[in-house]
Amino acid sequence: MKKYINDIWLGIYTVLLGMKITIVHLFAKNVTVQYPNKHPLEKASGDKMPMNARNRIFVDMELCNGCNGCARACPVNCITVETLKVVPGDAPPLKNGERRGLWVPVYTLDFAKCCFCGLCIDPCPTEAIKMTTEFEYSAYDRKDLFYKFSTMTDEEIKQKKELLANFQAEKAKKEAEAKKAADAAKAAAEPPKSESGELKIDNG
Amino acid sequence: MEQQILTLYDWVVKLSSSELIALIVVITLPLVFLIVYALVAILGELKISAFIQERLGPMRTGPWGIIQPVAEVVKLLQKEDITPDAANKPLFNMAPFLMFTAAYAGFAVIPFSSHFVPAGINLGLFYIFAMGSLAVIGLVMGGWASNNKYSLLGALRSVAQIISYEIPAAIVILSIVILASSMNLQVINANQGGWFWNWYVFGGPGTAWKIIIIPITFSMFLLYLIASLAETNRTPFDIPEGESELVAGYHTEYSGMKFAMFFFAEYANMFVVAALLSILFFGGWNSPFGDFMNGPIWGVFWFISKSFFFVFVQIWLRWTLPRLRVDQLMGVSWKVMTPIAFICFFAVGLWTMFN
Repeated sequence: MKKYINDIWLGIYTVLLGMKITIVHLFAKNVTVQYPNKHPLEKASGDKMPMNARNRIFVDMELCNGCNGCARACPVNCITVETLKVVPGDAPPLKNGERRGLWVPVYTLDFAKCCFCGLCIDPCPTEAIKMTTEFEYSAYDRKDLFYKFSTMTDEEIKQKKELLANFQAEKAKKEAEAKKAADAAKAAAEPPKSESGELKIDNG
Repeated sequence: MEQQILTLYDWVVKLSSSELIALIVVITLPLVFLIVYALVAILGELKISAFIQERLGPMRTGPWGIIQPVAEVVKLLQKEDITPDAANKPLFNMAPFLMFTAAYAGFAVIPFSSHFVPAGINLGLFYIFAMGSLAVIGLVMGGWASNNKYSLLGALRSVAQIISYEIPAAIVILSIVILASSMNLQVINANQGGWFWNWYVFGGPGTAWKIIIIPITFSMFLLYLIASLAETNRTPFDIPEGESELVAGYHTEYSGMKFAMFFFAEYANMFVVAALLSILFFGGWNSPFGDFMNGPIWGVFWFISKSFFFVFVQIWLRWTLPRLRVDQLMGVSWKVMTPIAFICFFAVGLWTMFN
């Protein structure tokens, strides 16, 4: 009997609670913007995009460190990132002061494929990839929706590739020499090493 | 109780010296009101639902979209009127009109003002209740004649629902009849004259001792509000037309003007129950403040605004509550509302006996 009365009370109380919530929303400010007549970025309509608005994405190449996180997060594979290692001392630091480790010769985003999920924005460590407030863009040709963000020219890329190739060749040479030297040193130091090994076994 | 006041009917007879014209005027006025009301209610439903969801609703047809209901009616008129091959044609064609007629017939005894009621019969309350239950016949006819499993299921559910909810509603109405000792809606209204504490929701006219009866009458009001929602198939009791289960329930196969008739009937029924609520519990055409703004013309204003408030409550509830499950629906009616209605009936009977 107690439960019965309690249930009735709860039923009435929760309905009233729900009605209170909806009546508050009835008098709340509407979120709709009459778009073609009013732009959401107008002063009259609040001067800001709605929460979670999905707009054109922009990549700041001065900030991009080429980590490929955005391309891996993309569910439709519309981002392509190709990187090139930086020869030490050659590159200016990133805009935020971090050391640039990779050139990004290719960074493309195909907006014809993009589903505007925004998943590429979260993994970016340097906040290079961002949603802008621009949403009024369309193209007559699908190719116009293929955005190339990389600021490097072909010549620069070629130059950087050559630099890297030279650097790597030099490095390989150096490494080979170092290895040779190390091998020689190893060969020279081998007899005592083995002795010590034997000693250790004895000790053990 | 004899009424010595000059009604609208008498007035028109005096003016035109023809009873026929007076009859036509008295019959047409509620229909005109009903059509205007339906348009307002459709717009209200669209706009209130939109505002509750923080949208704007229709904005393109006319300033702030106020001609939207007209556009919807024109759209429904233009649509092709389809009758399914396998349908039982006479029943299929008759159902929406029967339902609308039942809803409109209820208007015959609704007192719009102290000087205007289309038919001031002594069994007004009984008649309006009977007409309210007639709507279910149109509904079953439509559901059966459509020859569609969804329509039939919707119709069956609605029969079970309306039969269940009529019992608490009828008992509550009987309790009011005991309090008012009349079934004439005009008499019930006249009893509640004066200030708002004379309304039946606050125990009706009487001495300060009526404070004992106020919880009873207030719970009677709640019971009738809930039962009226079920009788008009409004949320949370809209299982006969639950979109997620039954497409559109009993009117799945209807289109064009016949669908519009179902639509109109639903809104007319909404007004009938809202009017009954305002007559039985909130004094009908009486002003809440004694003689302030009281009179035959103000009566129309008070009656319509009270009724519109309850139509608003119905719309408000629709956008607040989810739909009940079938077993919950039956449980609420039989296990909760019917026993409480009986207790109220008994208490009101005792009160009237010792008062």
